[in-house]
Amino acid sequence: MAWLILQRLGLGVITLVLVSMLVFTGTEILPGDVAAAILGQNATPESLAALRQELGLDSGPVARYLAWASGILHGDLGQSLANRQPVGELLWPRFGNTMALAGYAAVIAVPLAVGLGISSAALRGSFFDRAANVVALATVSLPEYFLGLLLILFVSVQWGLLPSLADTWSGMGLAAWLQATTLPMLVLVLVTVAQIMRMTRTTVLAVMDQPFIETACLKGLPMGRVVLVHAVPNALGPTINVVAFNLTYLIAGVVLVETIFNYNGLGRFMVDAVSKRDVPMVQAAAMVFAAVHVVMNMLADIAAIALNPRLRHPRVKES
Amino acid sequence: MSHVLQIRDLRVEAPDGTVLLHGVSLDLNPGEVLGLIGESGAGKSTVALASMGYGRGGCRITGGEIRLAGTEMRTAPRQTREALRGTRIAYVAQSAAAAFNPAMRLERQILEVPRVHGLMNEAEARVWMTDLFSALQLPDPEHFGRRFPHQVSGGQLQRAMIAMAMAGKPDILVLDEPTTALDVTTQIEVLRLLRDVIRRYGTAALYITHDLAVIAQIADRLMVLRNGREVETGPTAALLDTPQQDYTRLLVAERHGSLTASQRMHNPGKDELLAIEGVDAFYGRTQVLHDVSLRLNRGETLAVVGESGSGKSTLARLIAGLLPPARGEVRLDGARLPPELSQRDNAQLRRVQLVYQLPDVALNPHQTVGEAIGRPLALFGGLRGRALKDEVARLLDQIGLPACFAARLPGALSGGQKQRVCIARALAAKPDLLICDEVTSALDPLVAEDILRLLLQLQNELGIAYLFITHDLSVVRRLADRVMVMQTGRIIETAGTATLFATPEQAYTRRLLAAVPELRTNWLDEVTAAH
Amino acid sequence: MTLPVFGRIPLSAVFGTLILAGTLVLFLFGPMLAPYGQEDVLGMPFAEPSAAHPLGLDQNGRDMMSRLLHGARMSVGVSLTAVVISFCIGVPLGFLAALRGGWPDLIGARLVDIVMSIPVLISALVVLQALGSSLPVLIGTIALLDSTRVFRLARILAQGIVVMEYAEVARLRGEGLWWMLRREILPNALPPLMAEFGMRFCFAFLFVAGLSYLGLGVQPPFADWGGMVRDCQQGILYGLYAPLFPAGTIALVTIGVNLVVDWALAGRTTIQGENR
Repeated sequence: MAWLILQRLGLGVITLVLVSMLVFTGTEILPGDVAAAILGQNATPESLAALRQELGLDSGPVARYLAWASGILHGDLGQSLANRQPVGELLWPRFGNTMALAGYAAVIAVPLAVGLGISSAALRGSFFDRAANVVALATVSLPEYFLGLLLILFVSVQWGLLPSLADTWSGMGLAAWLQATTLPMLVLVLVTVAQIMRMTRTTVLAVMDQPFIETACLKGLPMGRVVLVHAVPNALGPTINVVAFNLTYLIAGVVLVETIFNYNGLGRFMVDAVSKRDVPMVQAAAMVFAAVHVVMNMLADIAAIALNPRLRHPRVKES
Repeated sequence: MSHVLQIRDLRVEAPDGTVLLHGVSLDLNPGEVLGLIGESGAGKSTVALASMGYGRGGCRITGGEIRLAGTEMRTAPRQTREALRGTRIAYVAQSAAAAFNPAMRLERQILEVPRVHGLMNEAEARVWMTDLFSALQLPDPEHFGRRFPHQVSGGQLQRAMIAMAMAGKPDILVLDEPTTALDVTTQIEVLRLLRDVIRRYGTAALYITHDLAVIAQIADRLMVLRNGREVETGPTAALLDTPQQDYTRLLVAERHGSLTASQRMHNPGKDELLAIEGVDAFYGRTQVLHDVSLRLNRGETLAVVGESGSGKSTLARLIAGLLPPARGEVRLDGARLPPELSQRDNAQLRRVQLVYQLPDVALNPHQTVGEAIGRPLALFGGLRGRALKDEVARLLDQIGLPACFAARLPGALSGGQKQRVCIARALAAKPDLLICDEVTSALDPLVAEDILRLLLQLQNELGIAYLFITHDLSVVRRLADRVMVMQTGRIIETAGTATLFATPEQAYTRRLLAAVPELRTNWLDEVTAAH
Repeated sequence: MTLPVFGRIPLSAVFGTLILAGTLVLFLFGPMLAPYGQEDVLGMPFAEPSAAHPLGLDQNGRDMMSRLLHGARMSVGVSLTAVVISFCIGVPLGFLAALRGGWPDLIGARLVDIVMSIPVLISALVVLQALGSSLPVLIGTIALLDSTRVFRLARILAQGIVVMEYAEVARLRGEGLWWMLRREILPNALPPLMAEFGMRFCFAFLFVAGLSYLGLGVQPPFADWGGMVRDCQQGILYGLYAPLFPAGTIALVTIGVNLVVDWALAGRTTIQGENR
């Protein structure tokens, strides 16, 4: 089993490297002249030459990639074209904000959703199950901006309970921060709870349909014990995968939510960078998001391996 | 003497309203073993599960009375039924691998029964469990329970399941085809242990099976079921000797083997059709065939017999071209057959055809019968249009199905009908050799008998050679000219059928032959005494 | 399934089908049904709903309902086109990879895994930054990114079918690639693929609208529902319902498709368990 885990780690590292290549290729596929496209109207022969040199466009793509990659490994993410500041200075604080918001949402969404999913699976066919399914289906279909705008309209504007803009700054204190970020958190929670709940339910039901659950029932065990002691432990591995999958979806959701509420996170910043064609910024932000995704998936994979009894207790060679 | 189980006019319905049981009644005395016999769909499992107050897959008990230990199960509240399950009546499933929780140690699942029902404390329960392990002859009874289900062999897991059922000291054991999934040699061991345990602890049992020979060894009384109705009930020996009902007579006759060697009217030719010389085969790094050689003449039937893991199916795949040999060669009519499928030409592909065990997955659910049979006709015979349709009709007739079946999809056919279509599909290519891979193993005994009869008839008419792969020795006796016994990828013995059954040379062959249950109630005692 | 049965079809599926039908009508006849033009300025910005303008006016004084009707073509059309293209790419490649096995399969699967390692929105942002947000680029990007998921599903389905005995029987007859794909694999893979088509459409539809909301999707002079939300979202701060109309329409269409897909998948666990 240890070997499998090491394999996964190795695979994760290789994936990160390949992803970095993809990101780099993606950002550099501008047709025509990069520098001209960026400077547009303000292009003069001198500024074009300066920009070309700054972007390192004189050297070939491979050399540029290597320069960029080695820069990352040394913590140097380049310089923002829009702000003339090091990317790192602009990126990391905002990344922290994004992770804080995502964490706030995840901490509430995951236990709630998994609990709801297990309950509706255990109570399959009951009113609770059917109602939960319908509500979840509807919520999953609602785009983040619809939910966000709806919440702003009622909670902020009409009832004045929470601010409509999530203005945060460092040193603002936990209570104030929570108040500012509760609306965006709610939107994120609503969308992810529905997703995770439905997929957890499917997973647990798949386990409940297996023959050994029938055997447990025929042993006269009460339903609660059958679900909690027999079904859930077998659903743990797949459920972790479900949660990991949805948490990475959370990343996309974060981008939209940050834009709705004007939250100073990496998602909104990346969208701005895209519209300004700030290549180094976009590269770095994309790399960070992708890395989070890869690492989380890798951890989920490893957790699934660690929880698999066949791998933890391999078959003993009998003579 | 009061019955431990009393069922009157039991009526069970499926979720869509189909009636599964039309009013079945039975009595079970303490310590008695009642065998429930019937084909698939007869309702045997349904009766047994209903006696526990349980309906599988949403089935509902809609009528009748079930008295278990004085409690009426149909109307009893859920808690009452739960309290009785495991403690008064316990279930042993067909597949132990599917019945155990893969994430839990065996002992935890076994001890759960007496602990959750409050019958014993931890120490007492452990002692009882160890006793059961010893009685079931499991290795290292003190520590066997520490293992996980995937860490023990199939036969051991089956016995562990029996231990789990006995853990609550029930009055009744419900045994749902407990040995069907096991190899013959494992089956006889488990059967013997089961009988010992039942006798030692005085447990009554409902034993479900479709194998008359197996049930004859263990049941005091037999009940024959068909389509949800009781056909006949009586003491075992009497019912097997002098069955009253026609259906029972059919079942008993089938087990005795109504087809004898004299029905093979054809004369196997002397020309060599298939020759395999010194073949080795590997799956990855594991060697699955060791120096296998055989000869098959035109029109001859060679049975390849072995238990699971013997390599018989691998041999079939090798001949068909799906698994190239690492060493050795295969010759058809003296000419070497290319080892890979892609290297063979149309003529070579045509001459060897394969029929599989499970007709459900051997037919494309989206192709009609006519399309399935028609394709080889078009591909190998070049037939089109009218000529194609006529030939399909002719083939359907040859296998005993009406021509209108050509328009049907496999979903509308029964298991036996599907297998016939598979045979027709194979015949459409006009092969010289038909490889039958356990073609009757998944079918009910009476249906299987029909298929065997058909195969014999076809061989008489067409002179095809059969390579008949099976684990069922009774089928071999009826069908084969020669027999080849395999074990773990090696040929143990090859001989003419009569010779092999009369005077087996190798120890493994003798063990194999001895393990096949015969339709005599004292067979198991004899075999046990012989050891 | 979830709601009482209406004949043999659950109420939820009936509701969903009605919405789908409505969407189709809007897609085909939207602009013809609109009482006013897309760009006609007819009154004060953010005017309240009235008899002449059932959904009120947007931030430029244009009739909201007409803009919705006009925008249907863009919103539905872009996502539909993208999904159709993604299936045309993903399904044949996925089937081929499963059939052929070996190196092409391994490399294809690994490549798809790498691309799927990056969240879709991020990938799209990266590409859009480089190539701009013209319609062909938008459709092409979504199509390519989506085709990875379609590829994965098609591959898993085909792998499940290829190991069946009836597929082996066909191989033993010497059947070629075309026969295997067309006659053995496709008919048996069709039901889950069609359900997946519905889910992919939902995703693409929401995705395009989301990109437009961020200002990176459909660009002027074209207008789609997501862009409309972006344009009038300031109105929400004044307690006006204006941005909720286009957002609500997006939500309604998505709910409709999800309900129908859910009904189609009833009793069957989704292969990958993913909805987006």
